[in-house]
Amino acid sequence: MTKKTRVATVWLDGCSGCHMSLLDIDEALLALAGKIDLVYGPLVDAQEFPKGVDVTIVEGAVSSQDDLEKARLIRARSKLVVALGDCAVTSNVPAMRNNIPVGKLLEGIYGTAPVDGVPPLLKHAVPVHDAIKVDLHVPGCPPPAKAIAFVLGELLEGRMPELAGKVRFG
Amino acid sequence: MKTIRIDPVTRIEGHARITIQLNDEGRVTDAQLHVTQVRGFEKFTEGRPFYEMPSITARICGICPVSHLLASVKACDAIMAVQIPETAALLRELLHCGQFVQSHALSFFHLSAPDLLLGMDSDPARRNVLGLIEQHPERARNGIALRKFGQQAIEWLAGERIHPSWTVPGGVNAPLSPEARDRILAELPAAKAIVRRTLAFFKGVVDQFAEEIANFGNIPTLYAGLVDATGGLQLYDGKLRFRDAEGNLVADQIRAPQYAQYIAETTLPTSYLKAPYYKPLGVSDGVYRVGPLARLNVADRCGTPEADAEFAEFHQRYGRAAGSAFHYHYARLIEALYALERMEALLADQAILDKHVRAHAGVNALEGVGIAEAPRGVLIHHYKVDENGAIRWANLIVATGHNNLAMNRSVRQVSEHFIDGNHLREGMLNRVSAVVRAYDPCLSCSTHAAGMPDIHVRLLGADGTLLDELRQ
Repeated sequence: MTKKTRVATVWLDGCSGCHMSLLDIDEALLALAGKIDLVYGPLVDAQEFPKGVDVTIVEGAVSSQDDLEKARLIRARSKLVVALGDCAVTSNVPAMRNNIPVGKLLEGIYGTAPVDGVPPLLKHAVPVHDAIKVDLHVPGCPPPAKAIAFVLGELLEGRMPELAGKVRFG
Repeated sequence: MKTIRIDPVTRIEGHARITIQLNDEGRVTDAQLHVTQVRGFEKFTEGRPFYEMPSITARICGICPVSHLLASVKACDAIMAVQIPETAALLRELLHCGQFVQSHALSFFHLSAPDLLLGMDSDPARRNVLGLIEQHPERARNGIALRKFGQQAIEWLAGERIHPSWTVPGGVNAPLSPEARDRILAELPAAKAIVRRTLAFFKGVVDQFAEEIANFGNIPTLYAGLVDATGGLQLYDGKLRFRDAEGNLVADQIRAPQYAQYIAETTLPTSYLKAPYYKPLGVSDGVYRVGPLARLNVADRCGTPEADAEFAEFHQRYGRAAGSAFHYHYARLIEALYALERMEALLADQAILDKHVRAHAGVNALEGVGIAEAPRGVLIHHYKVDENGAIRWANLIVATGHNNLAMNRSVRQVSEHFIDGNHLREGMLNRVSAVVRAYDPCLSCSTHAAGMPDIHVRLLGADGTLLDELRQ
């Protein structure tokens, strides 16, 4: 039996819609189970981002100090990083807060902002490639399941997917 | 004093961490659930035209975008002061039922079934949906097929599975075609068969979880949910009702604009998630729960034949107000059956194909409140606009927020019962996470969160020395 590809999925500041679109490959998930080990992500129980990951798929923008640290760790431990969806690619909806100073934003929502056990926000929500090197960008809000299946299929075959005509923003 | 951290809580929507405090004897003294990110939708939407709100707020959540779309368009309907065409209301409800099916399938099969089928103490590396596919392929196949049915129904109705733009202020932007109706109807029986099968299976094994049932958030709280004029379950429209832990009605037929008389919000220093409570009783006695369990607890009936039979059996087993959060799973399956039966009834209604599906109007009121049941519970969108329709103020109370205080109490109860601070085992901690999963929280809804990198569970002494440690 050939070695399974080690795949991680991560969401930073996003809505989980890109992960849902990943699940929207439906029955293709069954075949995928034989080819990959899902070693980290919201669908599995790993507490720590492991070393030696082949492909990490990132949903969401980099918005908090946690996001930034996590992005750097992902880069250090992954051979290939894929920015999945418009929030990861452009920072999209999370960036709508960028023209409001963080202090004012938190004060407006909470009065007194929570501080205990919660990470500080960065001044701006930024795309993943602003924080780390990204190997492949897959836009869409969310990218269609078909495009995600294509990307996974190509990557598992060791090819870099050619996405022209298969995805668009929004 | 020692502290345990679970970070992140896994197999939930969004990220959270849990802190558990223990005394010197290793017994739990307190526990908190932290939601660790904030997105600021309420602030950054100020100044946007109100009719942009549905498509912006749908991006709060990729699992239940339809709920945000619906609460938002209902608030916009109120700002336009229109009564939407009857068919538009039927179509919105139909769409919503599709979403309930897919979201409940996700929660039950993809997220919680690994605990229920593979075991709370099973190997964490395989305790996930891929492990389920390997060890229970038929059950996994059913879960994937049921979720697909719901997502497909949404796609056939609204054009896209996630973040569709079909629902608009005043109704929906296109009528239903007979072809789309027939496609959904053709797939319905198989989806119903899956839910029936899963319910029968679940009822057969539920008694094996006696210890979890007794300690998984088995706490007296109030319950809140939408009901129709006669107390029947409602998902898209209806009035708010509160019932107490003994099963007594405490408030009923509350209209959307009155919500603030009954619900107040407090801010916790330990979480970006605000904590609503039942205002007349105050923050410590006013803890209430929403979502599948709460809806079945507040309603007098479901209103469809098969779901009503299950509803009766459920309450016969667990009383008028079932108190354990573990029963969220059971309630979720009954609701999935209800949603499928309701879809069938809506599609059989001749009015569903009517072409009048949208009312047009400008700004006729400067304030609007929209309430719908999201799969996870009551969802409130409240907007104030200026004369031009620009948002001046917005308040969003999301389903998971209502459960915040109850989830905290539940986490504490599970921790107290299962955690032995002197002999940490992974399965103990998984049970603490599993009670959070039972609530099926949607934390990107609640604010959105992100966990810390390089995480493991550590047990620290009062002086900060490492006493015990768990790494995967």
